[in-house]
Order: sequence, then C-alpha cells, then structure tokens
Amino acid sequence: MAQRVGMEVSVAIGEIVKLANTDVVSAYPITPQTHIVEHLAELVADGELDAEYIPVESEHSAMSACLGSAATGARTFTATAGQGLELMHEVLYVASSMRLPIVMTVANRALSSPLSVWSDHSDAMACRDTGWIQIFVENGQEAVDNTLCAFRIAEDNNVLLPVMIHLDGFHVSHVIEPILLPEQSQVDAFLPKNNYPLPLDTDKPVAMGDFGPPVIYTEAKWAQEVNLRKSKETILKVWQEFGKSFSRYYKPVECYRCEDADTLLLTMGSYSETAMTTIDKMRGEGKKIGLIRIRLWRPFPFEEFRQAVKDIKTLIVLDRAISFGGPGGPVCSEIRSALYSQNNRPEIVSFIGGLGGRDITVAGFEEIINSGMEIAETGSDNEFEIFGVRE
Amino acid sequence: MEDSGPIEIRIHGRGGQGSVTSAGLVAQAAISEDKYAQAFPSFGPERRGAPVQAFIRIDNHKPIRVRAGVTKPDIVVVLDPSLLDIVDITSGLKEGGLMVVNTKGSFKDIEEKFDAKYKLAIIDATSIARELLGRPIVNTTMIGALVKASGIVKLESLFQPLEKRFGRLAEKNKKVMLKSYTETRVKGEG
Repeated sequence: MAQRVGMEVSVAIGEIVKLANTDVVSAYPITPQTHIVEHLAELVADGELDAEYIPVESEHSAMSACLGSAATGARTFTATAGQGLELMHEVLYVASSMRLPIVMTVANRALSSPLSVWSDHSDAMACRDTGWIQIFVENGQEAVDNTLCAFRIAEDNNVLLPVMIHLDGFHVSHVIEPILLPEQSQVDAFLPKNNYPLPLDTDKPVAMGDFGPPVIYTEAKWAQEVNLRKSKETILKVWQEFGKSFSRYYKPVECYRCEDADTLLLTMGSYSETAMTTIDKMRGEGKKIGLIRIRLWRPFPFEEFRQAVKDIKTLIVLDRAISFGGPGGPVCSEIRSALYSQNNRPEIVSFIGGLGGRDITVAGFEEIINSGMEIAETGSDNEFEIFGVRE
Repeated sequence: MEDSGPIEIRIHGRGGQGSVTSAGLVAQAAISEDKYAQAFPSFGPERRGAPVQAFIRIDNHKPIRVRAGVTKPDIVVVLDPSLLDIVDITSGLKEGGLMVVNTKGSFKDIEEKFDAKYKLAIIDATSIARELLGRPIVNTTMIGALVKASGIVKLESLFQPLEKRFGRLAEKNKKVMLKSYTETRVKGEG
C-alpha cells in the first residue's frame, strides 16, 4: 500500500529517486537548486540510498558527469532549475544525441536579468530543441509519479533518450502537500532494471559521440528525430501501465470540462489548477468553457492535440515565456503551426503572463478568458497580448 | 468557512525564527488526519532577520488547487512582537478572522493597535521558549497557541511531525507547545 505523507514536493522527488534505486546522482548544489538534490545527498550520506553522489563545480559538469554515468549503464539522475539549466545547455544536446537515458527534474524558473529565482517557463522553452523528452506536471503527486515513469521511459530500449520532468519552481517544488509514496515492492514491480544495450566496457570497447562529418551528420540527426517521435508510443504505454499499477492515469493532452466546450483555455504547469477554479465558476454561469493542458511537450502530441480542439471555436493560449521579437509565446506559436494545415481550426488568441513568479488569480484567468473571447470576435493587430503588465 | 474553500493561515515571523517549519508541521498534522493541506514559504531568497511570511491552507474535504500566497487569511499568526508595528499584519484578514499574537502585553494593548473586529488570542511565547528551550525561538510554542485558539488540528497530531523534524529536541518542543496550549488566552473565552 502506498503511504500518504505530508512532505515537501522536492523531498518527495528525492524519495522516489531513492525508491527507483538510482545508481548515480550528480548535481551542483547552489541556488537556484532545490531540496531535491539536498535530500538525495542526505539519503546517500545516511546510507539509505546506495548510490554514487558526485558533487561537481557547475551545472555544465553535472550534466557531463551524467553522460559518463549513463553510458556505463548506471541509472542516472540530476536536478536543476533556471540558470542552472541554461549552463547545462550544450551538454543537453550531447545527452540526447548519444541516446543516454538520464532523468532530470527541472524546477522551472525565470531567467536573468533582472535576477529572478521565481517561476516561469523560460528555462523549459529554451531547451525544447535539445532532443529531450519533456513532461510538464502540475502538483507534487504528478511530479513524483512522472519522475518514476521517466526512468522507465528513458531506459526502455525502444527509447533510450533523456527525460526532463518540469515542475514549477516554488509553486510546486517548495510546497508541503499530501503525497502518496509507493512501497518499494510496488516500484520494483513497475520499474525493471536498467538494461542499457551498449554500456562502456573495457572488454568490449565502443566509440560514442564520435566525429560526424557531413557524410553522416544528417543521417544521425534524422535517426534522432525519428526516434524521439516514436518514443510517444512507449510514453503512452508506460503511463497506461503506471495507471494500472497505481490507479493514476496520465495523458499527453489533458482536458478539464472540455465536453461540449466552445472555448478552451490552454495552460501548462501549476497555474492549471488555479485555472480549473475559474473554469468551474464560468461553467456555473452556463458558459461553455474548458481547460486543456499539454503534459507531453516533447515529442509534441500532434494527433491528440488536434483531436482535442477539433470542435471548438476559440482557443486561448497562455504562455509563461516570451520568444523575444518573435511570434509571441513559444507554446502558442507551435500550436498555430500544428493547426495551420487543419480545415476546421479554432480562432487562436495568444496571451503571455505569469512571468517571473507573478501570480495569476482565479479572477485573472477569468479576465484572460473574457478578453480572449472578445479578441477572437474582433481580431487584434498584436502578435500576442501581454497580461497584467504595468505600462 | 469550509464550503467556500480551505482555511487559510498566514504566519508572520523573521527569517530564522522557524515560520516555515511551523507552517509545515501544522500542514503535516492536518494531512495525518486525512485532511488536505499545503504549507509553503513566501517565495524568494531567504534572509535572516528580515520579515518573512509562511502560509498554510487546510481543507477537510477536497484537494487544494490554489498555489498562490495567502492574501485573504482566516487566521494570522505573529511570531515576533516587533512586527506588529512594522508589518501590515491584518492585511486582508477576513472580518471575524483570528489573530494569534506572541506578546507580553494584554488584549487591550493589541486592540489599541488593531480593530476590535478580529478574534484575538495572546500568549507570551518568548518567555516560555526562553524558559524551556533556553532560546527565544517561538515557532513550536506558537503552534500550541494556534491550535488552542483555532482547533484546526488535534494537538496529538503534531507529536509525530515534531519528532520527525526535531529528533532528540522533539521532547522539549513538545513541552513548549503543550505549555502554550494551556496558557494561551482567547478573548471572550475566560
């Protein structure tokens, strides 16, 4: 039986990483880190987790150490946030290209300058092209569940890709809330041993991450692309099996009160829970409004997403990041592109808000929805609307 | 209160006084009673000595969706008496809401500073903490006062979280909590 505990989400993630019997944790433990790696350091020091804990001198080194570790076939975990993820950036590409099944939780935070440790999705969006699987969660339970699923997805020999679990910094990472922590036997039954097919072995030498001249580079990148797209099948299978074992089900696109809706609001991450309260209120007033959330950001769930919005009139997208000088929020611009080829597509209205930890309240979401519906009728000259800015 | 959502509590203290710890202990106690609860700090870099806030939400029936800071509390808890003059303690406090204040003063002293429209509970937590803990850290002492004045969780539900958090110091912290539970005075209740 799972145990219901009141626990800080970061600590709970540390616990599930322990239950997953992780072999190696490498991390740079300084702000903007979270208690995730702090708790793991305690567990290793106290002998509760038999793992190698590698404290390094920077996030760049943390991810580099993870490369070496994962290449030996060791179950490998790290965590970071905000600026730390940025410093890892070049090594992120190496991890996915070398097909290394590393699991990393990211407590999403805004990027400098001005210096901010508060939450938004700028860090997550800046690494959307790095070839990692990216999954967004909304609360502590989802963070714990999906961290466990991430090991199984990453290490599946049909996938062999690194996975990022995105939870909002502070709003999820620092909150003490009820968490159902599974028993060791449940985790063992769900998560098989890591069976990396070509571990570094001095008796059977292999070359990894070798030179890729023009004659082979395109093929390597295409293989990577095909592989990442195909990983969706395994992700769906793992979520399905997780649901059977733990009775909590996850989907690439999650809908809340979408039945018969004319208008959908789209959010990602922890603000979705606040938005649900707004949806309940507006539904109570007879308005046909629902909420849609993209859980699986990479590989992008084109099919499920198109299916979810095919009958609606208006789609209002809230981004928590800016693509400066570009088409607006990264999520909305991808959604426009995903729907452009469709015959029946909704009016799409783009909002950017909730930057650098600014709250959007229940009333705030109502304002976004109402003004979004109005813009869908009247049109707007703006690429996007910025919500709540003081000018 | 329960129909309109969770009970919301805001704790005012100074960095290093254990406001966040006390919020966490109360939430853990509530969760152990099969309730839904959350606790978190005012988000941001931590600074020792600076005024800080910590938040608790408790809902007896359903999961809590809101993750923003508490701006319209049902209850405020003041760990540090010096904050009464420099922080807007009652900001957003609901009418008929409860103030739980660490003070050497009387009901009248507090009411002179604030409207009498709030329910008031007072305790000299600093003296209790000095006497039994040997230092003026009042977070666990103030939990006793909060529980006495509000009944939001059972006192016994706090014992296990206290033991887990404080280890060999748990017994002393339990003592200060019990003493303050006994000595806290709630206006209009004797």
